This record gives sequence, C-alpha cells and structure tokens, in this order.
Amino acid sequence: MPEWWSYGLSDFLLFSPRTYYRLIERYNETVWPLHLLAAGLGLAIAMVLRRPTAARSRAVFATVALLWIWVSWSFVWNRYATINWAASYLVWLPLIEAGLLLWLGAMSGRLTLVRRAGVWGYAGIATFLVGLVLYPMFAPMLGRGLSQAEVFGVMPEPTAVATLGVLLLTEGSPRWLAVVPMVLWCLTAGATLYAMRSAEAWLPAAAAILALAGLRARAIAAT
Amino acid sequence: MSQPTRRDLLRALAAGTAAAFLSPLSAFAQPFAPLTRSIPSSGESLPVVGLGTWITFNVGDDPELRDECTAVMKAFFREGGRLIDSSPMYGSSQQVVGYGLSKLERPSTLFCADKVWIGSGEEGPAQIEESRSRWGIRRFDLLQVHNLLAWSDHLPKLLAMKRGGRLRYVGITTSEGRRHGEIEGIMRREPIDFVQVSYNALDRDVETRILPLAQDRGIAVIVNRPFQQGSLIRHVARHRLPAWAADIGATSWAQLLLKFIISHPAVTCVIPATTQVPHVIENVRSSSGPMPDAAMRARIATHVAQL
Repeated sequence: MPEWWSYGLSDFLLFSPRTYYRLIERYNETVWPLHLLAAGLGLAIAMVLRRPTAARSRAVFATVALLWIWVSWSFVWNRYATINWAASYLVWLPLIEAGLLLWLGAMSGRLTLVRRAGVWGYAGIATFLVGLVLYPMFAPMLGRGLSQAEVFGVMPEPTAVATLGVLLLTEGSPRWLAVVPMVLWCLTAGATLYAMRSAEAWLPAAAAILALAGLRARAIAAT
Repeated sequence: MSQPTRRDLLRALAAGTAAAFLSPLSAFAQPFAPLTRSIPSSGESLPVVGLGTWITFNVGDDPELRDECTAVMKAFFREGGRLIDSSPMYGSSQQVVGYGLSKLERPSTLFCADKVWIGSGEEGPAQIEESRSRWGIRRFDLLQVHNLLAWSDHLPKLLAMKRGGRLRYVGITTSEGRRHGEIEGIMRREPIDFVQVSYNALDRDVETRILPLAQDRGIAVIVNRPFQQGSLIRHVARHRLPAWAADIGATSWAQLLLKFIISHPAVTCVIPATTQVPHVIENVRSSSGPMPDAAMRARIATHVAQL
C-alpha cells in the first residue's frame, strides 16, 4: 500500500457506530432466544473449568468450536459482511479456530483443560467470565440498551474473550496454534471499536495481550 | 433571549421542509436554483454541491436506515442536487443508493458517479457491471479509478467505454493528500475529465499544484472529505461561528466550510456525506448567497486553523 504511514484506523472503518450497533440489535431480535441457550452453555463451561476431566475437556472444546461455527455463519458472514467486506476474509479466523478446537481438543485430545491454581489459573477463569458475564453488560452500561448486548456464543467478541480464557487453562503445545486466530480477531475487533470510539475497545485487545502473556509465563515456568 | 443554536436552526429548517416529504418528488418545484459550475470537457452544468456516500450510506439491509438514506437523497434532489458519488469499496452504499433511486423513481436529474476499485484490470469491467446493477441505472455518467488502484490497467478501458458511448466522463481519485505526484502526472498525460481530491479549510495541499493544473488542463474537480469525515465539524463546532460569516450568508460552520471550498474557481463539485435531511439541505444551500472572495477565503482558513 503506497504511503501506508498516511493511513489511520479511521480510514479502514466503513460504517458508522450507529449502523454497527443497529446491526447487532436486529441480529439479537432475529436469533432470540438462542442467547439463553448460549448463556446456559457458557455456565456449563464455567463449571467444567473449575473441575475439568479429559471427557469434559473434549466436550468443552467441541461446544466452543460449534459456537464459533454458528457465530461465524450467523453473524460474521450473514450480517457483519453486509457492512464490512473485510468480514468475508476475517470469517476464516473463527472458522480456523473452530477447526483447531475440534481437531486438537475434541477429537485428538492434544489439548486438555487442566485445573490450574495461581495467578494464571484465576486469570483464565476471570477472562472466561468477562466474556460470559461482563461483556453483555457493556451495552446497557454504556447507554446502548440491552437490545444491543453482545452475548457469548452469539456475538464474536465475547466469544473470543471467553475462548482466550479457556485457552489460558489449556495444556498441550498446540495451544499456541489455537490462540493465534483469537488474538488476531481480538486485535482486529479492538482496532475497529477504537476507530468507532467505543468505550469497550480496550477489552478485546487486553484479553489478547493477557492470553499471550499467560501462555508465555507458563512456558517460561515449565522450563 | 439566547441566540439560536445550530440544532435550533436545523430543526427549523427541517420543519419548514417536512411537508415536502409527504408528496412525490416530481410534485415539487425547486425552492432555489443551486449554484452550478461547468464541466470543462463538455460545458455541462453541474450543481456545486453533490452527495457523498462514504460510511453514511453503508447501512446494509437495515430497512429503517435505508429509508433514512432515501429521505436524504429525496431532499438532495428536491434542493436541486445532482451528483451522487459512491464506490464498490463503500460496503453496501451502492445497493443503498440503488434502493433510494428505485423508491424515488429514478430522478432524471441524477448525475451518477462511481468508481472502479480492483487490483486486476481484467476484472474491472465485471466490477463496473456489478456496480451498475446495484445502482439500477442504464449507465454511469462518471467512472473514476479509485485511489489510483491499478490505474494504468483501468484507465484505457474507461476511456474506451467513453469512446463507445457507454460512459460520459472518466476520472481518477485520491484522498487525504496521497499520491499527488502521480495524480499530477496522469492529469498532464491522460485525457481525463475529472479528478477527485481531498480539500478543506485545513487540508490545502491541492491549492498549490493540483487545482491550478486542473484549471490549466480543463479538468473538473470533485472535492471529497470537506469535513475531514466529520472531525473538522466536531472540532469547530466547539466554537462560536464568527459574526463575519453572515457577510457571505453562512448560517452554520458547515456552510462556512463548504463556501470556502466551492468558492475556489477550480472546484466543480464538493461531495459532503450525511445521514440527516436537515444537513443535506444545509449543505446544498451553502451554494446560495454571496461567495467568499480571496480575502475572505484567507480569513476563513486562518480562523479555522487557529481554533
């Protein structure tokens, strides 16, 4: 791209915040009450994260993968891509994530959840709960109303944050591979929200940095 | 009694014209004749205020927002506006323009300007055809190579379309002051009708070379980003409109900033984008009344730069 230094984030923003949040609102109206099912699955995952077993690990990875396939198709491809042509490329990130979680976690068992104490154990649980509980509260807290709430398993950002929480509690060297699509998604989402001047822009990026720091700290501790 | 705010003025403007939207477009006489400029290569007159669609018309399939865009288009045409500019880069904007045109029964005054924006010259014609289909029109008046992307591939094809009668005008675009050297080279060498650049009271790079060259070469100039994507308006709106703005009939910051642009003799059309009917009316009406002379233009630029 010529003169790339002259481009700012706002040059890549194709839509207004109003259009984006109305898109979410209309999507929520269409898929309701799947939010309740997704929240139920999220609570079940949260329980498993406290007492994981091999079988439960596979179930968690399969569930998160299937939720990503759903979010990719229902929101990113069918809705978001109508106002952001880049979404038709970005949709590969969550689909790759779903494939990795299915293959490495649910099928081959190369990724397993472990019960982890200490700072990074709590950070994993906390990050998952941020995606599940805190993220949907942003819309009403920021005056956009509950109708524009972004819910885990329904919208990509809370699902990405929660997935990073799961990966912080995951053993197995391929976890580095699994974290890459989520980090890229969160950084892209954070940049988009920042360009939209959204108050929660920092959160996806912070979750991505936290996940990378956590995995790195564990790698160092293991050597 | 306190001074009316910009919001009050816009509300009054909207109220005064609200009844107009209850009847078909064709039933209205234009309330005033907008200022026009000639396209140098043809002599055709074009109102100096057009309508951009970047961000504002990218509303997807949201029926409420699509209808709002249609209302903006309707007000624009009713005020005498003609040129609407879009691009395949602008998400769903082309479809939304097409939706509005369909609702408005395709106003005969429309001057449709679009762009080709694809890295492969071979795929240009297919993209243009898709754009045309989205607008729902028979042919474009103006096609521009967007941001000079693969311009050496696209430009010969656009010029061939013009020779074949399938296009009326050919142009190139850039924004935010990028690649001005290349723009100049194309303006000197190629038989283009239009050049589109960014220009406003703060971003004045084009004044030194591009605008004089356009005058020399007989190339029409379309100005994008007149409000720096809204940031310039938001910045100046924190300050009181100077009293001397009344000397040129400007009742708002938007009108003062637009008058600065359209008073430059090289400028053919400025394309502010908006989602609000009062704003589009305010924008088009900025071409009425006295225009700033060179001294006033300098005063506007200096004042805005100091805010």
